[in-house]
Amino acid sequence: MPDDSPSLSKYELAARKQQTRRNLLLCSPALIVLLLAASGPLLVMLFYSFLKSGNYGGVVYEFSLDGWLNVFLVRDIFDDVLKVADAHLSVFWRSIKLSAMTTFTCLVIGFPTAYFIATRPRESRNFWLFLITIPFWTNLLIRTFAILELIRNNGIVNNLLTDLHIIEQPIQMMYTDFAIMIGMTYVYLPLMILPLYASMEKLDFRLVEAAYDLYATRIRVLRRVIIPLIKPGIVAGSILVFIPSLGAFVTPRVLGGGKNLMLGNLIELQFGQGRNWPLGAALSITLLFIVMATLLLYVRYSQKGGVQHEQ
Amino acid sequence: MADPVAISVNKVSKQFGQGADAFFALDQVSVDIRENEFFTLLGPSGCGKTTLLRLIAGFEHPTAGHIQLHGEEISHLPPFKRPVNTVFQNYALFPHLTVAENIGFGLDMQDKPAAEIESTVTEMLQLVQMESMRDRRTDQISGGQQQRVALARALAPHPRVLLLDEPLSALDYKLRKGMQIELKRLQLETGITFIFVTHDQEEALTMSDRIAVMNNGQILQVGSPNDIYDRPSHRFVADFIGDTNFLSAELVESSSERAVVKLSSGNKLVTGPTEATLNNVVSITVRPEQAVLIDDLANADLQGTVTNIMYSGTDSHFHIELPSQEEFVAKVQNAGPARRDWETGQTVGIKFHDNAVQIVED
Repeated sequence: MPDDSPSLSKYELAARKQQTRRNLLLCSPALIVLLLAASGPLLVMLFYSFLKSGNYGGVVYEFSLDGWLNVFLVRDIFDDVLKVADAHLSVFWRSIKLSAMTTFTCLVIGFPTAYFIATRPRESRNFWLFLITIPFWTNLLIRTFAILELIRNNGIVNNLLTDLHIIEQPIQMMYTDFAIMIGMTYVYLPLMILPLYASMEKLDFRLVEAAYDLYATRIRVLRRVIIPLIKPGIVAGSILVFIPSLGAFVTPRVLGGGKNLMLGNLIELQFGQGRNWPLGAALSITLLFIVMATLLLYVRYSQKGGVQHEQ
Repeated sequence: MADPVAISVNKVSKQFGQGADAFFALDQVSVDIRENEFFTLLGPSGCGKTTLLRLIAGFEHPTAGHIQLHGEEISHLPPFKRPVNTVFQNYALFPHLTVAENIGFGLDMQDKPAAEIESTVTEMLQLVQMESMRDRRTDQISGGQQQRVALARALAPHPRVLLLDEPLSALDYKLRKGMQIELKRLQLETGITFIFVTHDQEEALTMSDRIAVMNNGQILQVGSPNDIYDRPSHRFVADFIGDTNFLSAELVESSSERAVVKLSSGNKLVTGPTEATLNNVVSITVRPEQAVLIDDLANADLQGTVTNIMYSGTDSHFHIELPSQEEFVAKVQNAGPARRDWETGQTVGIKFHDNAVQIVED
């Protein structure tokens, strides 16, 4: 840490001030875009969530808590009694469950992949990383339909299994939670592999040798040395997969068939057929809070256990 | 008399790469390392010394040959099944563990009870004089302290053999001197066989019981520091360790007890037995301090013209050109009784000490 303040001359101070100003100027385009494009819509959402819904969509400019109330509660059509909104809660639960499962699957698949890439010779690593990014070249919707082609009842997987006489009847994979999870795993896997790779690339493999030398079996080397050292990568990858999974919308729509709703679909519904914009806005902000809570957990977790593995 | 063999390396080869890229890091290497011995593998970088160490540790497996530990074949075992521990060149301390946890790691992995780990760690911390650093993180201690922790960590599971891969190369000169003494002390106190890899000949000479000099994947000579220095078997060994002169001579007499070589001046000198063929030209080596400069040319082994004098504190180096165009360097102690007021251009006689001449293989 350089010790600033007292020894600096006023010229140095002026130069430093100028430097700060120039840096601010340089990042101002990004700041403006972020302010307008991220905070603006968010404020609009917050505002709408406290309004009354219009009969044909849109909002009526009257204060109301109905939007927020309806996130968790539902008013019985017949006797106006408030009940817990089971349908919404089950969507929350499915979103969290599927996102967690997707994160776990991505971790299990991504870990060996990242390890493989990190242990290649330096020259060939970029080639492997390049392969990881190939799926990004195609539109998400098209990739999701490709998955559909794979797992539908008359799809490639079922036909192959039937032809090989492994199964008699095609397995129903379409329009299940499983289908959504497979789809999301496929879509978000690179987001797990890349931070994992970044951590593993920094891993000093001599530490792995040292652990082997000190009587650690392969599984113990993994548990006691490799995982603790690349924990920041594991946490970052998990966050990067979990958060977009929670708000995923295209994948559950196509592979879940509109039957197995996730939060993203529920929100979309309120702005579409549901014509309940305040509820949609309140749900969006609820999603935001779930994400923020996860991030806070992440910060606390990584500060407590994570190791800055730098030399 | 000699202690039993701890590690026996038998015709071990290690090939890296395949086909046209293939090269032998080790080529049919055999050596026996005894119990309680401070054994050093010495050689330039790329000579195969680290490969041999990694084969003994189990990080690599030999392409051919056998490695035995106390008569038991270990070359197929993974590192965690060998009662052999390594001190790594960069220490390789676990950054996510404290000093004490690092030292206890090996014992923990052997599923030793917590109380035993605790007491061994304390004992090890005392051994390397690091008691006060127990709960520090490894990036909060100095290089020399990291070195001690690495040693303690490798010694804690009481290995049969301790492997040290250039452990002192990252330390500055003064610290290195201190650690050399420390290492020697630890070896004597623990009675563990140390196999030490270095490219520093001085380090090897001061610390070792025996040294194996390696080059190009082969062990050229194994012997005590004294043997290696005074009776080098190969030109490479003589050249690598200390300063020396090489001269051509003719082998004129050879028996199982002695050999006689004829120098370019016609003088004959007696030396140890050799396997070189009689009447052939052989290379001989003479250390610069094994010769004195004299006036009496008739009594000298060689004579030549002084071309350069270099003063270096404790002694002066006289560069002398011989009639055979060879150059000879004589080291004369500045504080000693020998005459040293020669000047460049003067003709001097060179007289060798007894047993100064050694025939070396090229």
